[in-house]
Amino acid sequence: MSAVEIQPSQGTGAHGSLSELRTMSVTGFDLPLLGATIGLLIASLISINAATTDDIPGSPDYYVIRQGVFACVGLVMMFFVSRIDYRILRDYRTQIYAFLVGSIALVLVVGSAARGSRRWIDVGGFELQPSELGKVFIVLVLAAFITDRVRDRRHGLVTLKVLGLGVAPALLIFAQPDLGSALVYGAIVFAMLFVGGAHWAHLTAIAVAVLAAAVMILGVAPAAGVDILKPYQVDRLTSFLSPEQNPGAEGYQQIQAQIAIGAGQRTGRGPDGATQTQLNFLPEHHTDFIFAVVGESFGFVGAAAVMSLYALLLWRVLKILTGARDMFGVLISAGLAAILMFQIFVNVGMNIGIMPITGVTLPLMSYGGSSLIVTFIALGLLQAIASQSFTQRPPRGQVQTI
Amino acid sequence: MQGPVFKGDQSGFTVTPRIAIRIAMLGGVALALFGIVFFRLWFLQVLSGNKYLAEANDNRVREVRLEAPRGDIVDRNGKRLVSNRPSWAIQIDAQRWPEGAERRRLYHNLSRLLGKRSSSLGRSVKKQFLALPFSNATVDKDVSFREVSMVLEHQEDYPGVTVSRIFERSYPHGALGAHLFGFVREIDQKELNGGKFEGAALGDRVGKDGLEREYDQYLRGRSGSTRIQVDSMGRAKGGLLTTRDPVPGQQLRLTIDRRVQEVGERALATGKRLGGGTAGAFVAMDISSGEVLGLGSDPGFDPAVFTRPLSQSQANALLRGNNAPYANRAITSGYPAASTFKAITSIAALESGIYDQATTIMDGGKIKIGDRFFSNAGEVPNGPVNLRRALTVSSDVYYYNFGRLANAKGGDIIQRWATRFGFGKATGIDLPGESKGLVPTPDWENSQPSYKLGGQTVDPVWTVGDMANLSVGQGDLKVTPLQMAVAYAALGNGGNVVRPHLGMRIEDARGAIEQDLEFGAQRPIPGSAANRHAVLEGLRAAASAPGGTSTDVFSDFPEPIAGKTGTAEKPPGERDQSWYIALAPYPKPRYVVAVTIERGGFGAEAAAPAAKLILARLLNVSVDPKELESGSSRTR
Repeated sequence: MSAVEIQPSQGTGAHGSLSELRTMSVTGFDLPLLGATIGLLIASLISINAATTDDIPGSPDYYVIRQGVFACVGLVMMFFVSRIDYRILRDYRTQIYAFLVGSIALVLVVGSAARGSRRWIDVGGFELQPSELGKVFIVLVLAAFITDRVRDRRHGLVTLKVLGLGVAPALLIFAQPDLGSALVYGAIVFAMLFVGGAHWAHLTAIAVAVLAAAVMILGVAPAAGVDILKPYQVDRLTSFLSPEQNPGAEGYQQIQAQIAIGAGQRTGRGPDGATQTQLNFLPEHHTDFIFAVVGESFGFVGAAAVMSLYALLLWRVLKILTGARDMFGVLISAGLAAILMFQIFVNVGMNIGIMPITGVTLPLMSYGGSSLIVTFIALGLLQAIASQSFTQRPPRGQVQTI
Repeated sequence: MQGPVFKGDQSGFTVTPRIAIRIAMLGGVALALFGIVFFRLWFLQVLSGNKYLAEANDNRVREVRLEAPRGDIVDRNGKRLVSNRPSWAIQIDAQRWPEGAERRRLYHNLSRLLGKRSSSLGRSVKKQFLALPFSNATVDKDVSFREVSMVLEHQEDYPGVTVSRIFERSYPHGALGAHLFGFVREIDQKELNGGKFEGAALGDRVGKDGLEREYDQYLRGRSGSTRIQVDSMGRAKGGLLTTRDPVPGQQLRLTIDRRVQEVGERALATGKRLGGGTAGAFVAMDISSGEVLGLGSDPGFDPAVFTRPLSQSQANALLRGNNAPYANRAITSGYPAASTFKAITSIAALESGIYDQATTIMDGGKIKIGDRFFSNAGEVPNGPVNLRRALTVSSDVYYYNFGRLANAKGGDIIQRWATRFGFGKATGIDLPGESKGLVPTPDWENSQPSYKLGGQTVDPVWTVGDMANLSVGQGDLKVTPLQMAVAYAALGNGGNVVRPHLGMRIEDARGAIEQDLEFGAQRPIPGSAANRHAVLEGLRAAASAPGGTSTDVFSDFPEPIAGKTGTAEKPPGERDQSWYIALAPYPKPRYVVAVTIERGGFGAEAAAPAAKLILARLLNVSVDPKELESGSSRTR
């Protein structure tokens, strides 16, 4: 018998009741996770401040003030989300999915374009990027979907359906085109199938298919004259292998980022002496390449400190994952962990020259409202899962029989 | 078998071991990735940090060359002959040279601004970048301040265009001394690798010919640089980093006297007019020091032509067309010396003992040597002639006879003495491109390749006729006017072959002496002073005694001079070449003047009157050029 028999105790039982919400609220946050979050937020503000002083003549604090406002909104959202019973979200999976696909499709129709791609919707003066919020939503939808079919989780049909659910919005995002975000969706789907218990054979098949597709798209198709990716996207994905041979825009970014980080040496050149950043040799220095700003201005010490905060963050996320009170929580945690891990390593990797340039932002560090607020929402969800887990709750004399 | 019960059963859930393992794997992957990131950061920042720091500094620092003004060239009295004038140049920065449509737009805008054709402008720029890939390409020089302002204020219309202040050579006296100075151009790759222009850097302009080349190390100075910080768009940010001031070039003081040079060049024109000549050259030199007071060639040209881009037709006109004005005939042209060479033959005759001063030859106007007759000009008989008389009237028969005897005696007597006087080798003057000339010997003649003449193959063989021709400075003998001046100087200065030179000393920009130029010891030649004196007496008589070849030319000249005419025979239908070499004042000469006028006719017709003008300047006496007339002598 592996079933878990649960002895109802007072107040617990029905999920989502107001009374339970109240009891949850008194239990604590995961403090190390909160600490890492605040630490990275401060690092972000310092770095954006250092990088953008001269970017807009006359308003040296433009970006840092805006990022600060986004952070405040995000913090409020995080606290709010962390106080709700995440389990109620399972009931709204259909609506969430409909909203997710709808909003992303809407971008393709009415979105505002920037640098050749449509990613944003203008809502009352704010540029919203639905694909960002969509990352959290797809995690919720897939978590609910897999939880519903937990007994059939090793079944091929379930795996296929999960794939289908995840790939549909990813394709819409790819069409914007926003290759980086589309890849994040792919990482989410794979991670959730993996943690959700999909059959190894299915996972292997997916991995092989992805590899084959990559070879087709990057190597065979362009050679045959069929452009699935735009040529610049292929360049971005492959130029990191030999940036010196691609001294054009893509190789240039990669080389400049590496020079910036390397020039920081052990303790950094300080914000004023960071010439790569200040003289704009480093492109996108407040968004995609913010990590290079840290590396140049604050050296190995600064970069290592930021990476340590990320290590702390990911450790706590995995910790929350293992301690979740139910499969839904486990899967949500796994999906959010996948988002964070994927974005951290792909972004940092592209900064230090070991990953292709994909336009993936660095969570909590890169400038950008949608990205930052959505990351806070994700962290809020994780805090909710943490605070509602058994390990966080004081024992109240329940009897657990295993 | 039942899995965990979900939905509503919130307590007691734990992840299954299978999933726990997978979560652990996820953690393991994260750990590995962190390890890679940390290792990579360590590699970039700690192990390779210095390299990247250098690259970052390389990125942001642009070096702007500041050209050093070249040193002036002044005459012996400090009169400016070559100077500088500041000029604006519009250039394209190699590193910011736009591509494609942007480049076409740039050319279009530049062509509208400068009034040049867009296509030729593009070709010129491309050519310059091919020659010097990292240097700036000059689009136009000498542009107006309005054009400079346009470029600076509308950088968006002129991407990659910079404006630089450069110095152009200026020539206050126009074409005066044009053949001496040469010109300056940007150093090329071959010259950078060679040793001649030590310390010159890419983009520097160096002397490519003439005195500019010979004294480049002094004149060039050292270009300075300004290091400025720029952003990724190449805009200056944050001011100057460091500046290394350019070191102006030193001033070169010449031995040339501007007034002598002026008169000399005018004298060539006069000589051409009198004799109907087409070209000419002159040298005026101090016989004891070898200081050249004037050295010129005709036709001349405007040296400022080299400060602008030279078209192919301009280059052709300078180098070939219309008597090749660029050629410096005084040092690069080998001519037959004609009768002026008799002074050297005379020394050979006396020193070899074949003739003495009293040896008298019966000049009947012609002499049979070998199987053919050699004659004076117009077969004019001179009667009995000794050395003095032979030089006075320029008797060919006297020297033909000596040539016959010398050839019979063997040992290349004339050639040996000619070589001692400096013929057949460069004088070593401080100008590039000097010709060695030629002193023909039997060995030389016999080693010449055979040639076709009238369907027959002729194998050149030295004959007594060749020696007879050499004795009067004809045949294959080739001398430069400068070599003649040096040889006569040796006659007049007690037997020393001087090294002629134009450079006197190196000075700073204000004219303070920094270094006197040294030209090595003079080379004494053997032979007795009495013999040289006898020859000088003959030369004096030629310019003063009744029947002297230039007596009538100098009859009204207030200072006594010694001088010899020469008339180099040309093929039928072409006028002869006129020569005159003079030593003055007699009997203690200080100066030698050598003049030759191509197609100027007899020596007394064109060259002697021209020499008279130059001598007047040197000796500070007045001669009215308008009253100048050709001499009447029709001898060679």
